Amino acid sequence: MHSTRARVPAAPAPALGAATERVEGRDKVTGTARYAGEHAHTPPDCAYAWPVPATVARGRVTGVDTSAALALPGTLAVLTPGTAPRLGEADDPTLAVLQDDAVPHRGWYVALAVAETLPDARAAARAVRVTYATEPHDVTLTEHHPDAYRPDLANGGQPAFRERGDIDAALAAAPVRVDVTYRIPPLHNHPMEPHAAFARWDGEGDGTHLTVYDSSQGADPVRKTLAALFRLPEDRVTVVSEHVGGGFGSKGTPRPHVVLAAMAARHTGRPVKLALPRGHLAAVVGHRAPTIQRVRLAAGRDGTLLGVGHEVTTHTSRVKEFVEQAGVPARVMYASPHGLTDHHVVPLDVPTPSWMRAPGEAPGMYALESAMDELAEALGMDPVELRVRNEPATEPDSGLPFSSRNLVACLREGARRFGWADRDPRPATRREGRWLTGTGVAAATYPVLVTPSTATATALHDGGYDIRVNATDIGTGARTVLAQIAADALGVAVGSVTIGIGSTRLPRAPLAGGSSGTASWGWAVHRACTHLAERLARHTGPLPAEGVTASADTTEEAGRTPPFARHAFGAHFAEVQVDTGTGEVRVRRLLGVYAAGRILNPRTARSQFIGGMVMGLGMALTEHSTADPAFGDFAERDLASYHVPSNADVPEVDAHWVDEDDPHLNPMGSKGIGEIGIVGTPAAIGNAVHHATGVRFRELPLTPDRVLPALR
Amino acid sequence: MKPYGYVRATSVEEATAAHAARPGARYLAGGTNLVDLMKHGVEEPGTLVDVSRLPLDTVEELPDGGLRVGATVRNSDLAAHPLVRERYPVLSQALLAGASGQLRNIATTGGNLLQRTRCPYFQDTAMPCNKREPGTGCGALEGVHRDHAVLGHSPHCVATHPSDMAVALAALDATVHLHGPDGERTVPVTGFHRSPGDHPERDTVIRPGELITSVVLPAATAGLPSAYRKARDRASYAFALASVAAVLDLADDGTVRGVGLAFGGLAHRPWRARLAETALLGATPTDRAIAHAVEAELGLAQPLRDNAFKVPLAHNLACRVLSELAADRP
Repeated sequence: MHSTRARVPAAPAPALGAATERVEGRDKVTGTARYAGEHAHTPPDCAYAWPVPATVARGRVTGVDTSAALALPGTLAVLTPGTAPRLGEADDPTLAVLQDDAVPHRGWYVALAVAETLPDARAAARAVRVTYATEPHDVTLTEHHPDAYRPDLANGGQPAFRERGDIDAALAAAPVRVDVTYRIPPLHNHPMEPHAAFARWDGEGDGTHLTVYDSSQGADPVRKTLAALFRLPEDRVTVVSEHVGGGFGSKGTPRPHVVLAAMAARHTGRPVKLALPRGHLAAVVGHRAPTIQRVRLAAGRDGTLLGVGHEVTTHTSRVKEFVEQAGVPARVMYASPHGLTDHHVVPLDVPTPSWMRAPGEAPGMYALESAMDELAEALGMDPVELRVRNEPATEPDSGLPFSSRNLVACLREGARRFGWADRDPRPATRREGRWLTGTGVAAATYPVLVTPSTATATALHDGGYDIRVNATDIGTGARTVLAQIAADALGVAVGSVTIGIGSTRLPRAPLAGGSSGTASWGWAVHRACTHLAERLARHTGPLPAEGVTASADTTEEAGRTPPFARHAFGAHFAEVQVDTGTGEVRVRRLLGVYAAGRILNPRTARSQFIGGMVMGLGMALTEHSTADPAFGDFAERDLASYHVPSNADVPEVDAHWVDEDDPHLNPMGSKGIGEIGIVGTPAAIGNAVHHATGVRFRELPLTPDRVLPALR
Repeated sequence: MKPYGYVRATSVEEATAAHAARPGARYLAGGTNLVDLMKHGVEEPGTLVDVSRLPLDTVEELPDGGLRVGATVRNSDLAAHPLVRERYPVLSQALLAGASGQLRNIATTGGNLLQRTRCPYFQDTAMPCNKREPGTGCGALEGVHRDHAVLGHSPHCVATHPSDMAVALAALDATVHLHGPDGERTVPVTGFHRSPGDHPERDTVIRPGELITSVVLPAATAGLPSAYRKARDRASYAFALASVAAVLDLADDGTVRGVGLAFGGLAHRPWRARLAETALLGATPTDRAIAHAVEAELGLAQPLRDNAFKVPLAHNLACRVLSELAADRP
């Protein structure tokens, strides 16, 4: 049994709401927590694989000369589009690796070397000679690209186009107007642990079994995909994702490495490990697509919004359509009689974009909340008051009532904690030597998502309780909060609960994504534990040796669509300083205040909030990937050049929350908290930079090459 | 990684002899750059001659008040050395502005001088790069080059030298001491790194088999007011968009008796700003005089499509550092 278990330290009851320490924290800091690429079961006959990326941006493979690679010591095999095993049908075409000779973007895998050792595999991969027929490529997104089209749906199943009333007429008639365009570059998730997988095949014929250890946000989706690709029933595939070193969406779907590892293991008859080098990630595990966002706001002189328009242009690859739904938050945020939200997408010769923390909301709210700041300035109105003025009674786009909405409380509490009342609204007036100081605010929102899950709860003979659910802990504290949920539902101390997650041998569960893990898994755990408690209440005498087990499946209740608009909200406040001689922007203070239902574990929740805020700081100031117009790949392919914030960039960061009692969510009363921290941070920082300098920047990140020329 | 031999040298003579005896040999010290390049297939040494244990790891005070810095003195140790902090603050500041704490703890003085450019085209063997593979062209010219050179580049190469330390050494008139097959020689730091010209594959004037044994900080610049300033995309662990090292010696009447000014992040080498220095010598360092002098130097700049911002950035940094040094005069 490889399911993961951790003994939970004792904490006083009730467990929920207590700042319980991360149950696997000690394992992680002492290095005993095993990740996919280093798991404890590496057999002595393990082989290693190293993929060969395409070195042209568009075209096809005309030949793969493997002779030099095969002649190297240690090389076991080189798989090519001509020789690789044929895969079954994949829902995700980025997983159809080595199935044909097309090269849709630079970095697409065109061969795979398998060898006795990691260095041998890398050397063999380097020795593979690939020839191409190349075609002209285009990796540059422009606002009026001739290939742009409006898709039916954007990410998350959201309609690409929504219209209420007549935004053009509203703008024409409005006394105050904002019509501005914002740009965000491609961004990369770059989790600390690069994607890695280990694959092993056992048995033959009907007894064939594929076991995979994968760095993934959801072992069940990986199993489903591998079963389809290798034409196996799902019960003959096991996927383990015990510990995962971050994903931020890039591990939310199965990725080519796990398919290649399984393929190589099948082909060579050896267990195979494949750990992607950092330099490959930019091209094969997704990115946040760049967006060009036009925001139009029409308002009365009192600040009442008369119209909100948000039109998004983004890119996708030629392999697969992915549309960053940046216009969607405008359907949620502010009351207005006229509304237009629209998306267009341009297929380019670029890698396939995908989820990155708060897809849609993070880029969309940067644009919308920056435009709101521009409107506040045009009105001469405080930006907090402008937002309060436009608080809707129901969700603007759907007309549904909110299950709960406490944005105003977040803004008020944030303003109080931040000292907003003392703010002089005039821009570019606070100078100390070379520094200009400014403050900014922005709102945040993130939808409440939930997916059906199953779980079991067992009362053990020894007095303990064993909870099982194929959840994934990607660094969030999932194990810990699930143990707390179980303890309260059972009415026992959290220390008597053990929890098994991270394996398809456990009850089926959805992936860690969309800030929905705790709600989805927790609901099933809560149900199973409630059932178990009822059963135990009726039980007399000692427990049987195998214990007593109850199971739950929330397909019905979690799958129901409630008659409410359900979202978390937040308010972000930032103080920045701008060096007028260099254009360097440095954040001095960040504050986030959230209304996200009941906060189940303040310690791990705070980590999620401030982690999101730091990622938002990076999005605002340091992170960008550059699609190389000449060669077609992303120029930043290591952590020395893709600049996530360093410790020195992260100043005082504080997260608080307002109590929210929402009966329309789940038995725990929680909303997701994994993504909202990033959502308002970039706009808050950008608005603070305007307040500091008087210059309105509309393109991220705010690096010196952009800021300094505008200050002169 | 290509298999390679490994020799651990116990003396300078042994190291240079081992190098001479093995084709394709490279000296290994901290390895922070070389090992990365080996993983990327950019460097494929036949043999690594490990010089990290040579007795070159001390900072020695010279009779004239200068310092001899052994080639294997770690960047963090050099930055923290009391005599360096006291006499050459610009060097300590430059070292601490470079890399990360972990890298500074292993990187050496000699290795820092010999590190290669971080140009992404140089580091990727699938890309054209005249520095890595002469004759293949320069990928950065038409590609992504925001971080690249604005001074002294050639049509063959627009890479920058990544070191912070070397910029301070250039401003301080430090000298590099080399031991090679033909004996010992000394090269000023300002003449150690090359401009790319027609041969961007040659970063420095070092000859085959030569080993850096020490860097000497001269008595002439000891104790003079000096400072290093670096602008970068994030507050730590980022290469310079532009940086400035300055050493200013004022006469009793407040005029400039001596000045060393060098730019980092702008060129294939630490860029000693001789035109600016000439303009300042003998002048009273008013803000106006400083600005004129710096403009004289940066008038040489020829920015690429996407890096013109480096010119005003370097200008502002240089003016700020020189003005502060002039104002701090006791």
